[in-house]
Amino acid sequence: MSDYNFAYLDEQTKRMIRRAILKGLAIPGYQVPFASREMPMPYGWGTGGVQVSAATLVPEDRMKVIDQGADDTTNAVSIRKFFERTAGVETTEETGRATLIQTRHRIPEEALGEDQILVYQVPIPEPLRFLEPRETETRKMHALEEYGLMHVKLYEDISQHGAIATSYAYPVKVEGRYVMDPSPIPKFDNPKMGMAAIQLFGAGREQRIYALPPWCEVVSLDFEDHPFEPSKAEHECDLCAAGDSYLDEVIVDDAGGRMFVCSDTDYCRQRRAAGHMGAQGVPYEEGAA
Amino acid sequence: MTPLLQVRDVAKFYGARVGCKDVSFDLYPGEVMGIVGESGSGKSTLLNCLAGHLEPDAGEVIFDTAVDGPRDTLTMSEPERRMLSRTDWAFVHQHAREGLRMGVSAGGNVGERLMAVGARHYGDIRSSAIDWLGRVEIAEDRVDDRPTAFSGGMQQRLQIARNLVTGPRLVFMDEPTGGLDVSVQARLLDLLRGLVREMGLSAIIVTHDLAVVRLLADRLMVMKDGHVVETGLTDQVLDDPQHGYTQLLVSSVLQV
Repeated sequence: MSDYNFAYLDEQTKRMIRRAILKGLAIPGYQVPFASREMPMPYGWGTGGVQVSAATLVPEDRMKVIDQGADDTTNAVSIRKFFERTAGVETTEETGRATLIQTRHRIPEEALGEDQILVYQVPIPEPLRFLEPRETETRKMHALEEYGLMHVKLYEDISQHGAIATSYAYPVKVEGRYVMDPSPIPKFDNPKMGMAAIQLFGAGREQRIYALPPWCEVVSLDFEDHPFEPSKAEHECDLCAAGDSYLDEVIVDDAGGRMFVCSDTDYCRQRRAAGHMGAQGVPYEEGAA
Repeated sequence: MTPLLQVRDVAKFYGARVGCKDVSFDLYPGEVMGIVGESGSGKSTLLNCLAGHLEPDAGEVIFDTAVDGPRDTLTMSEPERRMLSRTDWAFVHQHAREGLRMGVSAGGNVGERLMAVGARHYGDIRSSAIDWLGRVEIAEDRVDDRPTAFSGGMQQRLQIARNLVTGPRLVFMDEPTGGLDVSVQARLLDLLRGLVREMGLSAIIVTHDLAVVRLLADRLMVMKDGHVVETGLTDQVLDDPQHGYTQLLVSSVLQV
């Protein structure tokens, strides 16, 4: 046997995952259990996201894979290759041209449209897990909407750090009902979650799928006297001068030299192609790194 | 006057074994009742049945709710019962670490119940946490310490503060002074007595320590092998025990 079924998984498995996805979309923020499969990659590399992508892909799709915003890191490259080989779909690095985007830890800067799907890789789907280790208890808390504990975590943040120090995987409440872990995206990305695209979350090891339909109401939890603030480095991108994008801090030498660059590589590239240039940037050349 | 809690023929079996059987009593607002008995006499089983931690096999537990008046807590829906247990009820465990979140600061522990009933103002939550820590004699500068850094007596006091912060009307206590040395016990009892009187709390205290009920309880219920063998006013039962087992219990107290 040399050929894989389209997108690696067999049709029965994809059907099972699609059922979980549909249920997740019908109950936004609710964690739907599913029979996660062994994938040809280790847990923690996005096995949940890959299964959701495999179940959602159609041959006409154009796929983009990002890891921490970048198209060219190991995780992104290997997952993109995986689907190129097993599904034969076209791939792209351009956010606007992609119909399905699998992401780890970021939402692209460019606003997504109604004809796009964003698939997240989720390590720990249960937002209450670190406060309440018992699964039976957390399920009950979701069922009965007992979410006081989530604020205990934020309270602890303020009492220890003077402000809500949670900067990623910042808990949100969906449609006034379920409290959800948005996967480890920076809280800078939280306000983008009420978007036109469908958002699907897959946790392979924990065997959970959840979803947000388009234009879902997603509210970041906070206190009245300590409101939610999306934060980013107080800087502009050193390559493309963008002031509105999420930045990575990169150490460039042993003498304390550093630069801030867009974590979304495609966004940065497009801006440089359009002629923007940051403090440490060089003029853009097609095909150059 | 409506009793705060009416217990009717509560029974709980563990297979063929009797946990507790034919227990009935009324508890009136402001009253403190003690349940004493030896290990395995069914007193903790009874307490857990009353507090909704265990489901009794028979009987009624009717609580006088603030909104709807007297209602059987056993036929209530689970959300209602859990709501009761974080507003009108409080449960003080024997081991503080069962009743506390050991990974969360003292302030967070006290604030949890407030946040569970919808408090969303950090400043207010923190100031009532500090207020309550003061009331149980924990210094304000310990508010951000975790309970793991507290002594056994402090943990127990913290647990009490955490339970009383939402102003419950009925407190269940399971051996609240168990495992504490006598001087710490004395302070804790003093504190409890003060809080119970000041807040007009009703309480059910399970203990095997007769000194505890002598100090705290108005009324006493003696249990043996799952059955109530004697009830009455505390002083009456302790000074003039009628049942053979109660006599044994009273005479077994070591005199110093």
